[in-house]
Amino acid sequence: MSQKKLLSAQEINIILHRLACQLLEKHLDFSETLLIGLQPRGSALAKRLVKILKEEYKVEDIKLGFLDITFYRDDFRRGDKTLKANKTDINFIVDDKRVVLIDDVLFTGRSIRAALTALQSFGRPLEVELLTLIDRRFSRHLPIQPDYRGRQVDVINDEKVQVLWEEEDGKDIVYLVN
Amino acid sequence: MSELSVNHLLGIKYLNENDIQLIFETADHFKEVINRSIKKVPSLRDITIANIFFENSTRTKLSFELAEKRLSADIVNFSAAQSSVKKGETLIDTVNNILSMKVDMVVMRHSNPGAGIMLSKHIKAAIINAGDGAHEHPTQALLDSFSIRERLGDVAGKKVVIVGDILHSRVALSNIFALKLQGAEVKVCGPKSLMPKHIESLGVTVETDLRKALNWCDVANMLRIQNERMDVSYFPNAREYTKQFGLNMSLLNSLDKEIVVMHPGPINRGVEITSEVADSSQSIILDQVENGVAIRMAVIYLLASKIK
Repeated sequence: MSQKKLLSAQEINIILHRLACQLLEKHLDFSETLLIGLQPRGSALAKRLVKILKEEYKVEDIKLGFLDITFYRDDFRRGDKTLKANKTDINFIVDDKRVVLIDDVLFTGRSIRAALTALQSFGRPLEVELLTLIDRRFSRHLPIQPDYRGRQVDVINDEKVQVLWEEEDGKDIVYLVN
Repeated sequence: MSELSVNHLLGIKYLNENDIQLIFETADHFKEVINRSIKKVPSLRDITIANIFFENSTRTKLSFELAEKRLSADIVNFSAAQSSVKKGETLIDTVNNILSMKVDMVVMRHSNPGAGIMLSKHIKAAIINAGDGAHEHPTQALLDSFSIRERLGDVAGKKVVIVGDILHSRVALSNIFALKLQGAEVKVCGPKSLMPKHIESLGVTVETDLRKALNWCDVANMLRIQNERMDVSYFPNAREYTKQFGLNMSLLNSLDKEIVVMHPGPINRGVEITSEVADSSQSIILDQVENGVAIRMAVIYLLASKIK
């Protein structure tokens, strides 16, 4: 197994600030906006963005939730392993709100498809956008594209993009793993 | 540890500690799901489940059915009363006929101990035992432990007394296995006539004085007197039983500490426990029912994911 560094901590930091600004530009005071991190790996990104928005851009009230899509996936019983669930924590009404789904890597788009279905269980949002740190080009199985994109990369199918976070893994770094 | 060690849920006896933890963690997520306004997930769209009940049941059957529907499984129901079993068909034939209609999982209640085990050796489908005679009732024991964990934080180290008809109770046996596996201390309490011989060999202690047992415990699981399984008289009459082994408010209030009261249902109000106790804040009887759906969703989900 070999790994190649795609993004350093500094690059990630710059990208996160840009993404935070783009969110701010569109959503202003976030009063009608809900940020939802997809479990398990999108949550760290969502928390980090909220931290930047609060501390550096003085947005006071941001509603953040976490959505687990395990029970909505379309590959149940297709893999070898039982899909293990994570916690869902959405304690607000999604109806008529602007939702931004947040995930670390956009690959086939199937997780996002599942997330859209899962979101329906919490109401009917006014609109849904997608923010992703890494967008793997030319690998989509479904017509899904991000609205906010950190970095677009070309990765062949048997390679994996691994995003590590300081809070969970000890350092911020993005690897390409063979 | 993301997979069960078994392909069927025939009894707690066949599970290990990790299985129980995995079921509980999965049930936590399903409990969150069933408290949403839309209580359904699409996981089991391509699974068909047959609920085969050779013995009467309201709560368990309803709970399984709800769990299956919340997971989007297709279900067929079968109760022996209106079936060819009455015409003399054998159990394996009945079930094989149902399976020919492409059923992936069977939830079965049967009055003969070991019916599910026998079936699992002869047919190709995941089997969940929903009670087999006086043998086991695994999902009940799981939901009981899950409810204790929810109320007291953990099952390990807790003292649980199971009161009543231990002899005829599959709930008691499954509970003993489940509680011991999780590191709880278990005492059984009831009339000598309803106490199986050599019950101590399961690692439990026996107490015939209810007050002593209750003063010892953190949780009291009050079993139902199963009149339908009693072919001879095991105690003089219900009043006599209530006097010695019934739980009422004055007994509950006179204890050294506040204990948690459970009952697997259906309650004979005024026999095992009084209405006051059943409806008191120390009772978690209705939580048990709610948790039953989450636990059954978890078991079905985890077993279904092993069907290839």
